[in-house]
Amino acid sequence: MALYIKGGRVIDPANGINKIADVKIEKGIIAGIDDYSGAITEADEVMEAAGKLVVPGLIDIHCHLREPGLEAKETIATGTRAAARGGFTALCAMPNTKPVCDSQTGVEFVINRAKAAGLVRVYPVGAITKGSEGQELAEMADMAACGAVAFSDDGKPVPRSDIMRLGLQYAQMVGKVIISHCEDPELAKDGVMHEGYWSTVLGLRGIPAASEAIMVARDILLAESVGAKLHIAHVSTARSVELIRQAQWRGVNVTGEVCPHHLALTDADVEGFNTATKVNPPLRTDQDREALRSALNDGTLTILATDHAPHTAEEKACEYNYAPFGISGLETAWPLFWRELVESGVMTLPSFVAAMTVAPAKRLGLPGGTLSTGVAADVTIIDPEYTETVTLENWQSKGKNTPFVGQTLRSWPVATIVGGRVVMRDRQVIG
Amino acid sequence: MAWQHKDLLGLRGLAKQEIELILDTAAPMKDIIGRDIKKVPTLRGKSIVCLFYEASTRTRTSFELAGKFMSADTVNIAAASSSVVKGESLIDTGKTLDAMGTDIIVIRHAASGAPHLLAKHVKARVVNAGDGAHEHPTQGLLDLYTIKERKGRLEGLTVTILGDVLHSRVARSNIWGLRTMGAEVRLCGPSTLLPPELAITGVKVFTRIEEALEGADVVNVLRLQLERQKKGLFPTIREYARQFGLNQERLKRCKSDVLVLHPGPMNRGVEIADDVADADFAAIEEQVTNGVAVRMAILYLMMGGSGSGAVH
Repeated sequence: MALYIKGGRVIDPANGINKIADVKIEKGIIAGIDDYSGAITEADEVMEAAGKLVVPGLIDIHCHLREPGLEAKETIATGTRAAARGGFTALCAMPNTKPVCDSQTGVEFVINRAKAAGLVRVYPVGAITKGSEGQELAEMADMAACGAVAFSDDGKPVPRSDIMRLGLQYAQMVGKVIISHCEDPELAKDGVMHEGYWSTVLGLRGIPAASEAIMVARDILLAESVGAKLHIAHVSTARSVELIRQAQWRGVNVTGEVCPHHLALTDADVEGFNTATKVNPPLRTDQDREALRSALNDGTLTILATDHAPHTAEEKACEYNYAPFGISGLETAWPLFWRELVESGVMTLPSFVAAMTVAPAKRLGLPGGTLSTGVAADVTIIDPEYTETVTLENWQSKGKNTPFVGQTLRSWPVATIVGGRVVMRDRQVIG
Repeated sequence: MAWQHKDLLGLRGLAKQEIELILDTAAPMKDIIGRDIKKVPTLRGKSIVCLFYEASTRTRTSFELAGKFMSADTVNIAAASSSVVKGESLIDTGKTLDAMGTDIIVIRHAASGAPHLLAKHVKARVVNAGDGAHEHPTQGLLDLYTIKERKGRLEGLTVTILGDVLHSRVARSNIWGLRTMGAEVRLCGPSTLLPPELAITGVKVFTRIEEALEGADVVNVLRLQLERQKKGLFPTIREYARQFGLNQERLKRCKSDVLVLHPGPMNRGVEIADDVADADFAAIEEQVTNGVAVRMAILYLMMGGSGSGAVH
């Protein structure tokens, strides 16, 4: 018995495939992409996909699942349900939990919890420094050996240049990428939104664009000097883009990612003090947004990630200054990226799909991201014509902190398949 | 014309006619303050709560007296002695006051946008009495009223706002109000306390006081919060006073009938010289009186009074 995804537009950038075809899945494995109309028997399961896109399962290399320690915000079980609903088949969980995932125990906990939840794949990211305190290296080799796929102190920067340099060297030794949260802590201190016209008008403390760019520059120079692999998380400013572009010209092994909210919103959206717009790095200006688009268009930035950061409603129902940073993003990522990048013509469909599948997989050395014959059958089916208004009614994440409620978006994931098992169908999570 | 909004959260976005309505209504209110018996029944049976999360003498007292002069029942809550210290959220505090039948909540808060949050969650009308570095609309209105009272107009005047604009909610409300009313606004202060982005609003930005004062009709001197110096935003208070302090010599660059304002409390000898603060061309005490009148006008209008209605 096989599962056939029939008649969809199959886009597999890793293999240069972009055609109407059937995808055959057998025993959880991709068995082939072809015209199977004559081969389907009554015993087989068929998913009709005419008019839909059939792409490798989406991979998010930047999300926060909050477990252990912050289960009121999210658990691995609820976070993976949100992922399934958003079309993601694999996630990289950032280590800023309580305690911080900075040891073998922490990595194993995440892996085991994800197995128990059993919905989508979860890859732990280990901390660079103990407790993400920025003072001493965490046991990165140990963590890598038991399943950490990359290292990051995300949520905060590594303030000391000497420690960051050591982290890059050590990560290089174990063949992993450092994911850097770029922010000069002194420049950004007490800031709650982008520093500019709107922070001035609203009287909110600003975070200058330079606070990100300065650290991007530092980390690029450090990575360059030691020959390490560097990935810049949630790039938000034009200057950061420029620095990454120049570094790539020089041959530095640096990549960067863009989040949906930095494309869909600007600092002007903070007007009205809606705490759902409070995110770090903050929503920037139109010019920054345009720079991100250009960088995605010309291939400087190749990865799309959510920075899914769920918080409780109580935490966000307060004065703007006191609210935590973060947007719950897994469930709206695809249609937002679609609107900002595909409908607006910034990216071609194959390069867009690549940015959510094969590019993140390759960068961190993850399995998946392709529909090659013989690989685990992680597949996402998208209906590009389907429109839905964002409501919290069927929201799977515990974090309801989204500024997109009420927006009607086009193009939604309608099925998510992990290892041949359907975990989301018709927008409903199964299991 | 009647007040159209549920709340008064800022001067940004208010129309010229709306500002005029408040200023016109404040004039008869000021007459009441001048009477021997300062009491009219206008707001009898109405309840006003002053919810102050920051220390304040003049604004809180001004609102309280404004309510009392119109026979409203006024209650003061200082956050330090309220359930806030038990961890109660602003929304819950607001809902509690709502449930008690409060008609107007006057809120002062250190966080920009706090009145907006409150207004979204309560049925009571909300008046912003100063939120963070965002707005202080009633201070802005009393400044406008004072200028208009002295100068007879607002349109076409040149008003220089001097000092720590970056952290000043007074400056922001003044900018919006004055620009809407057709005045030219200049900002002046050390570059570390002067956001250049405000130039987008149509104001002129100066770091040399002599240029900023040239031909000005009004100088509004902001209070310098002395802890800014400890945070390194400017080198010393001495240098600040020498570079940006308003004194008689510097005032000579202004029009001969210049009007000087200050929202108080003043650091005499720092941002303003003693003999400037006490001169006839300064209206600092008048501002305090006008503050009560303007707040009476706002409370009155928000409770359904019309600009042309009787306030006796």
